[in-house]
Amino acid sequence: MSCQKYVPAWAAGLATSIFPFMTMAQEVTLDQRINETIAPVSNVIASIIFYSVPIGDTNFPLIVGWLVLAAAIFTIYFGFVQFRKFGHAISLVKGDYFHPEDAGEVTHFQALATALSGTVGLGNIAGVAVAVSIGGPGATFWMILAGLMGMASKFTECTLGVKYRTELPDGRVSGGPMYYLSKGLAEKGKPGLGKTLAIIFSVCCIGGAVGGGNMFQANQAFQQMVNVTGGDSSFLVGNGWLFGLVMAVIVGSVIIGGIKSIAKVTEKIVPFMAVIYVTAGLVIIISNIGMVGQAFSDIFVGAFTGAGVAGGVVGALIQGFKRAAFSNEAGIGSAAIAHAAVRTKEPITEGYVALLEPFIDTVVICTMTALVITISGELNSGLTGVELTSAAFASAYTWFPLVLALAVVLFAFSTMLSWSYYGLKSWTYLVGEGKGKEIVFKLFFCLCVIVGASMSLGPVIDFSDSMIFAMAIPNVIGLYLLMPVVRAEIKQYWAKIDSGEIRKVDKAITAKAQA
Amino acid sequence: MSETTPILIGYDGTDASDRAVQFAANRASAEGCPVHVIHVLEWSPYSFLSTKELEERHQRRTEELSRAEATIAPALRVFTDRNIPVTSEVRYGHSGELMCQIATEKKATQIVIGRKGGTALGARLMGSLALTLVQASPVPVTVVP
Repeated sequence: MSCQKYVPAWAAGLATSIFPFMTMAQEVTLDQRINETIAPVSNVIASIIFYSVPIGDTNFPLIVGWLVLAAAIFTIYFGFVQFRKFGHAISLVKGDYFHPEDAGEVTHFQALATALSGTVGLGNIAGVAVAVSIGGPGATFWMILAGLMGMASKFTECTLGVKYRTELPDGRVSGGPMYYLSKGLAEKGKPGLGKTLAIIFSVCCIGGAVGGGNMFQANQAFQQMVNVTGGDSSFLVGNGWLFGLVMAVIVGSVIIGGIKSIAKVTEKIVPFMAVIYVTAGLVIIISNIGMVGQAFSDIFVGAFTGAGVAGGVVGALIQGFKRAAFSNEAGIGSAAIAHAAVRTKEPITEGYVALLEPFIDTVVICTMTALVITISGELNSGLTGVELTSAAFASAYTWFPLVLALAVVLFAFSTMLSWSYYGLKSWTYLVGEGKGKEIVFKLFFCLCVIVGASMSLGPVIDFSDSMIFAMAIPNVIGLYLLMPVVRAEIKQYWAKIDSGEIRKVDKAITAKAQA
Repeated sequence: MSETTPILIGYDGTDASDRAVQFAANRASAEGCPVHVIHVLEWSPYSFLSTKELEERHQRRTEELSRAEATIAPALRVFTDRNIPVTSEVRYGHSGELMCQIATEKKATQIVIGRKGGTALGARLMGSLALTLVQASPVPVTVVP
């Protein structure tokens, strides 16, 4: 599959007419058949969402500008909250303000950890590789910038996610953009608009769940499995559907069968894999410390000259921005669903905590991947996606692709579980709660795992990107209309801090549930 | 009723903790002091929860608390039947840390707990409340077999 070259997504406006994969003379496998059926559909969707305007000699997708503009506006509107309140965010996660009476409830740390496990994943490993293979090292600079600004978007949406969440009579908590769009805008006297945006968001979120949260994950996990079992000569080549089937059965056993043990094991291993990945990356960077200067210079020079990159500076910028958004999901609205469950009297506190998410995801982990790839010199090898990352790590440790294969499969799995939840919440928002309705969505979700593993990377990325970015359209409109609400929350919260009504709690005193 | 400081009892509904209650009741009526029953629900603010668990956490907590109330009810009855003044609390956290902390707060004279009766290796691996308290308690500890 690696012989098929990836069509840059920013050229997707033209992509409907380009099918390099179909012209290949080979016997038609089930994989190719699935690919041929889905690709035209995903290309049409991608060409609509990624409607691009020509800038210089390259095409700029308006949707990328939409997200970056939003992040910039929130950054300025909230006075660079991501830098000024970074320390306060850490303090909240540590539990300095945790009220002992709330012991046993969801803490800031837990909400952040769960949201992170949904976002840290293949975007950090494979997505970054796609960015630097198309946009050059310079894409890294724009990725970091987008990550830093995205912190303000995340802050805004997660504050609203908590403020407008719904507490069901049985005590369960449901939150996210569909709730703040409908309830928040109704408060602003625009119930019709709110309802419409909430519905559009839910539809796109279902698409994002099966796209970026599922098919892309299945696809890249399969690629890496092929990679470690012998590359082009692997017995898995052309049998993506088989791998997909196995994955689908495992995912299904958790989300339909409710088998908690698999989910529990994944939860325990995923943070461990993340630590291994980051440690290995740091070791490679430190042992090549002499080349880090050169790597950073490549990144900066590349960012402003666009040397050797299709589309020059703008090409690098688009790739960086796109992969950052895809990786940390700031402005997309997905994380607000996970963050909404936290137990806090002040919605704004979860906003502060949430702004750490793009920082850890993009500024730390993605940058590390980009540095390793740049240092390894594998950038010109013609590889992309997870194969490029794998090759870069293999240049330091030959055995690392095996660890990476395990990490990729586990990350893919945990991301799928998170997104199946986001998708399900949107689905039940649209069609109502009910066991039968939930099963329909879950079965469809499992089917998409098979489809995703069977397709080639190009159409999968186009489809995943377009559905995830589509979520940003209704979400960001809502965020603009509701940002004064967030500002009011900030004001009253800091007034309470100043008056001493909210203050740090002595950590030794733990919960007092009942006297 | 005497205003002396209480005996602290860690109670989890097991047979051993029932024996601890009996032991404490005898001590309390001999000394004429009140007792304070604690039931700890093991909980860490840093454990990892899935999205589904986040959603249901508040609901589960309410259920856990009412189940805990039901668990300690028989122990409380033992004391009230013998006219020993008794108070109780159900708390989330680390049992060892919490009991030491409450002992200090309440100025308890001693802590009484039952023991699980596990093997030494098991206790080393899993962590044992008895071992923790013996190491860290600010007041004398009685472990009832």
